[in-house]
Amino acid sequence: MLKQRAETLGVHVILIAYSLIAIGPILLVVMNSFKARKAIFGAPLAPPNADTFSLVGYAKVFHASHVVTYFGNSLIVTLASMVLVLLLGAMAAWALTEYRFRGSTALALFLSIGIMVPIRLGSVAILKMMRAAGLNDTLTALILVYIAQGLPLAIFILSEFIQQIPKDLRDAARCDGVPETRIFFEVIAPLLRPAIATVAVFTIVPIWNDLWFPLILTSSDSTHTITLGVQQFLGQYITDWNAVLAALSMAILPVVAIYVIFSRQLISGLTAGAVK
Amino acid sequence: MAKLHIDALNKSYGETKVLVDVDLAIEDGEFLVLVGPSGCGKSTLLRMIAGLDAPTSGDIYIAERKVNALAPAERRIAMVFQSYALYPHMDVLKNMTFGLKFTGVPAAERERRVAEAARMLRLEPLLKRYPRDLSGGQRQRVAIGRAIVREPDVFLFDEPLSNLDAALRVSTRVEIARLHRLLKATMVYVTHDQIEAMTLADRIVVMNQGRIEQVGKPLDLYYEPANLFVAGFIGSPAMNFFTGRVERIEGGEALVTGPCIGSVAVPAATFSPGDDLTLGVRPEHLGQGAGAFSTSGMVELVERLGEASFAHVRRADDRLMVAEIRGRDTPAPGESVTLSAPAQDIHVFDARGRRLAATPVNSA
Repeated sequence: MLKQRAETLGVHVILIAYSLIAIGPILLVVMNSFKARKAIFGAPLAPPNADTFSLVGYAKVFHASHVVTYFGNSLIVTLASMVLVLLLGAMAAWALTEYRFRGSTALALFLSIGIMVPIRLGSVAILKMMRAAGLNDTLTALILVYIAQGLPLAIFILSEFIQQIPKDLRDAARCDGVPETRIFFEVIAPLLRPAIATVAVFTIVPIWNDLWFPLILTSSDSTHTITLGVQQFLGQYITDWNAVLAALSMAILPVVAIYVIFSRQLISGLTAGAVK
Repeated sequence: MAKLHIDALNKSYGETKVLVDVDLAIEDGEFLVLVGPSGCGKSTLLRMIAGLDAPTSGDIYIAERKVNALAPAERRIAMVFQSYALYPHMDVLKNMTFGLKFTGVPAAERERRVAEAARMLRLEPLLKRYPRDLSGGQRQRVAIGRAIVREPDVFLFDEPLSNLDAALRVSTRVEIARLHRLLKATMVYVTHDQIEAMTLADRIVVMNQGRIEQVGKPLDLYYEPANLFVAGFIGSPAMNFFTGRVERIEGGEALVTGPCIGSVAVPAATFSPGDDLTLGVRPEHLGQGAGAFSTSGMVELVERLGEASFAHVRRADDRLMVAEIRGRDTPAPGESVTLSAPAQDIHVFDARGRRLAATPVNSA
């Protein structure tokens, strides 16, 4: 009994410590974004008070740059990539788990290689390819790259979930005369909702936070994403910390919002009642 | 409503043969039960009739129409699964009508069919509920309702009662029997439970290791099992078997002796002195006292069911036999008993396990 309590306590200490380490920097960024420049450097760990409170960073961000455009770009790229990764990933996962066809194993293996090999290794080739296709400095280029980046893991996770869906359901639908595409979209896909939410979160976060591909694939203000846009406040000699922190704080918001939305979908027991 | 005809059906997965040369003719409106131990191929056979699995060779005809190449829906069948397989994200009404939309049934007709099925299965109060809010029995009724609204030629049931508790199993069994009378449809029903098979079937198909062992009416199977497997499978508790050898044949009777039995005369069939035989006696035919067939042993356990008690008796060869004893006068564990049976209740099987034709038949 006592030992159990000690164990629980130990686990909680570790988890709380981890949470603090994880949340600490974010808290610091948000806190300092509401402070005047002097206060940021004077007492970086102090929360803003009546003297140090300032919205100068936010004002700068909104006036001095194309932040709204950047935000829009980030949203377009992230959402478009997410929708396509989920759609294509779920369909591919279904095909690979449900149908046996020539080369299906090889194809599954090929797709899983994408999980192991970081896509950035192909940066130069991707750049050349986009240029050849006339897609450099477009959001389409980013979306294509992110689909390639997100697809392997999405297929992997969704395949696992699809295998857990009772085979009887699809058999029942076939006996009912439901066409294969409708079986996927109206029987299987609704049951994949928790998995799709998981994959959505996994897909969105790295895309939203990515700096590398916007850096090499976009060159004009009209195609920059928010993470890249923030960089213009970081100079070699002078860094506008107010603006950087304000922009970063704002950049966190959509990811948090999306996470909250999807985490509601992460309800277990959705298949309850389908089969015993 | 249709005849179903299966011709030389084979199914193998690589080297493993799941079904071997299955021939079967099912009459219009017949309730046929496929029964056998797990792994005997009964579910595979059902899935091939449904079109969910493809046969390795052989043909399936539904209503005189070869259906080998047809998709499940085109075969005009409906299947009820052991796991119910209800669509969890659709309410009961949607579960029943979902498939109909794709088969071109007009909305008014859909409504009529659902209303009728719901009335038949007493599902009206449940139509707006989701599968997760239903009990096991209710879910299975919905699954059956979903099959009914398709108005199929053939109903296929894959162990539909296995997930239900004992009381529900009995009531749902009665329900299915009632539905069969009502719908007069051809039904093929798979189960491993021989009581379900006996109570529901017009005819039973006993399967073992991918082969059909015997096809017949429930009581014919019970009183005239074609071989040792059927004899042991149909009837609960199972038939007791005794090994024996033909001593001599005289006057149309063969005298058989064995390690656990007193010598017994059985009608002489196509065997000769020295042949090894297996004698089978059902527990309910074994009584205390003297008789044509006799055996003895020590009572190890008595199961009292009320209307009868089952005495498990250890025999001389250290195997257990079961005797059904009626009334209050049951032997106590540890007691030595002599059990016997009348000559007409002895089943005789040859060395290869086949029933010997001249054995007297007690058809009740």
